Amino acid sequence: MAAVRRLSLSSSAAPLRRLLILRPFSSSSADDQRVLTVETSLPFIGHKIDPPSRSVDTTPNELLSFFRDMSMMRRMEIAADSLYKAKLIRGFCHLYDGQEAVAVGMEAAITKRDAIITAYRDHCIYLGRGGSLVESFTELMGRRSGCSRGKGGSMHFYKKDSGFYGGHGIVGAQVPLGCGVAFAQKYSKDENVTFAMYGDGAANQGQLFEALNISALWDLPVILVCENNHYGMGTAEWRAAKSPAYYKRGDYVPGLKVDGMDAFAVKQACKFAKDYALKNGPLVLVQSYDFFEHYKMVLILEMDTYRYHGHSMSDPGSTYRTRDEISGVRQERDPIERIRKLILSHELATAAELKDIEKVVRKEVDEAIAQAKETPMPDPSELFTNVYVKGFGVEAFGADRKEVKAFLP
Amino acid sequence: MALRGLGRRISIGKRCFSSASEVEKRPRDGKQINLFSAINQALHIALETDSRAYVFGEDVGFGGVFRCTTGLADRFGRNRVFNTPLCEQGIAGFAIGLAAMGNRAIAEIQFADYIYPAFDQIVNEAAKFRYRSGNQFNCGGLTIRSPYGAVGHGGHYHSQSPEAFFCHVPGLKVVIPRSPQQAKGLLLACIRDPNPVVFFEPKWLYRLAVEEVPERDYMLPLSQAEVIRQGSDITLVGWGAQLSVLERACDEAAKDGISCELIDLRTLIPWDKETVEASVRKTGRLLVSHEAPVTGGFGAEISASIAERCFLRHGLQLEAPVARICGLDTPFPLVYEPFYMPTKNKVLDAIKATVNY
Repeated sequence: MAAVRRLSLSSSAAPLRRLLILRPFSSSSADDQRVLTVETSLPFIGHKIDPPSRSVDTTPNELLSFFRDMSMMRRMEIAADSLYKAKLIRGFCHLYDGQEAVAVGMEAAITKRDAIITAYRDHCIYLGRGGSLVESFTELMGRRSGCSRGKGGSMHFYKKDSGFYGGHGIVGAQVPLGCGVAFAQKYSKDENVTFAMYGDGAANQGQLFEALNISALWDLPVILVCENNHYGMGTAEWRAAKSPAYYKRGDYVPGLKVDGMDAFAVKQACKFAKDYALKNGPLVLVQSYDFFEHYKMVLILEMDTYRYHGHSMSDPGSTYRTRDEISGVRQERDPIERIRKLILSHELATAAELKDIEKVVRKEVDEAIAQAKETPMPDPSELFTNVYVKGFGVEAFGADRKEVKAFLP
Repeated sequence: MALRGLGRRISIGKRCFSSASEVEKRPRDGKQINLFSAINQALHIALETDSRAYVFGEDVGFGGVFRCTTGLADRFGRNRVFNTPLCEQGIAGFAIGLAAMGNRAIAEIQFADYIYPAFDQIVNEAAKFRYRSGNQFNCGGLTIRSPYGAVGHGGHYHSQSPEAFFCHVPGLKVVIPRSPQQAKGLLLACIRDPNPVVFFEPKWLYRLAVEEVPERDYMLPLSQAEVIRQGSDITLVGWGAQLSVLERACDEAAKDGISCELIDLRTLIPWDKETVEASVRKTGRLLVSHEAPVTGGFGAEISASIAERCFLRHGLQLEAPVARICGLDTPFPLVYEPFYMPTKNKVLDAIKATVNY
């Protein structure tokens, strides 16, 4: 069943029980596929481009899967918070709760052959790309079966088979990388695109503009997605950027401002962006802008979003913004609540059924954590692996150059 | 430098640069404070004594992520202590320009791991400014401070020790303090030094190291290593947080009757070859230790220079090859940090091996 397949982010719960919970309304598949139209909360704002329509087509399946996926992401991040405080996760941990709509909406618009590259707030993007809860928690705890074999940690989740290029610690460095990935996609003519994600803090990095110029010059199928949660660590956007209208910062590159707390707005924008990036002929709208000599493929999406946690686990998140602001956003714009209201208003499930979904999600997360806790640490020899290509025969030295010499595997 | 030739004299004018300073043997007054407080005091004094000194960087306004800049913005105003956007290359370039106009620009790079976008500016613009302009211009007022080094759980991008990259650049000075009292004196000396300086602060010690630090304005000499422990069997050289590891290794070695001489290099370039050489002539053995990976680390320079100078001369010679106990040749790992680090036991093993060579 498409619904069950899409929703299986871990394999613990019995399929039948899940089926019953997720299909309370009718067992007729025709109903699941019926098309609903929802309106995005806010209109899109375009910069040198006509924005897409506010009406988004969806199905009951999609609505429920959005709800489930976002609840799963939310639950995972909250659990990571507790694990960090229990010192099972060490190092740096940047949580994504509040921003789930961007991850989920983007996935709904693209395929696993499209590429996503992002910065260090990557746990939920990884889940969206098909990563499992167990792999996430084992990686966070540095265990051997994590998605990066325990060697990356929170900031370095990767999933090659689904086109997830990570997971980067240095701010802004992932954007030129993403443009390079897009270049390769253009070469192979496989009609795929790259979404290079970055934050409002990174928007002021020089390398971003270098990458933008190159992408626009060479017509690369890349979409730059600025996840604007309004704070670069502790610095508010208006204090870091002369122009916090990040969707306009591309200047000659068109941009779109999107309500990042609305999964459907994100989905619509990403779909629009992907189509735009792949268009092989002049766009209709180009006629209104004579100064374009040829169509531009690059697009900037600014996702207006919000993170409930601080920048990282060392940041309480309340020294540079008021608790009222945080709770205000939670009340007015929470992405999961928005979907819940949509589901209830379209009578696709009852409130109790949605609560049950959340319970199942919570249980799956707890089971994943339990499994992750049992997983052993990587073998000490892994310290030396993958510095270079295997078998390259490079000599490495241990603590004392004369005592310990090894050939890197 | 001409001033150096005039001998050590104290000259801390309101706005003049100083390359001389008083040597602190023992602090006579002061409170027990930690490293970030000592740095904070130094910055307060620097801004107080020079109206054209500025402190800027990411998030310094509220005090910084390590609280080194607390109180500065409130006291000196947002015109002199201000936040920059997230752009290291921009920060460095901007600082160089500010310094070129005769100001003291004290820029902060939030973590040394992020200094690489600024590397071009520092190496190509800052270090060579005086040279390429035939002394018309200089950015001597530039000081870049950055927390560096392992912190226990920092992983790849919050633990790096990039000092070796900068030691390879003539025109720059690289200074690393080992303790609060040293940090305050060295930082003030760096700020007032008429050359661009990169000042790395061992982040592990920000809270952990507590020492009595004089409250007054004082400076410590640059390019002067300090022998912090006398010995006769082997010379140990290190800097920053690694010195506490070396000190504990010395204590352990003493139980085996090995008398270690411990030297804090303090300034990595231009480094005090004379002090180290004199020590190695006395002991005949050298061990260098740093957190950065061993291949191409600054220990290699020390090792080569000392081997050159002390190989065999007037009957005195190196009794054993120079030992380097450093980080491994891998990216700074996450969970493997305890294996990667040059720990006390690794140092102790090497001390014994070298002494028994």
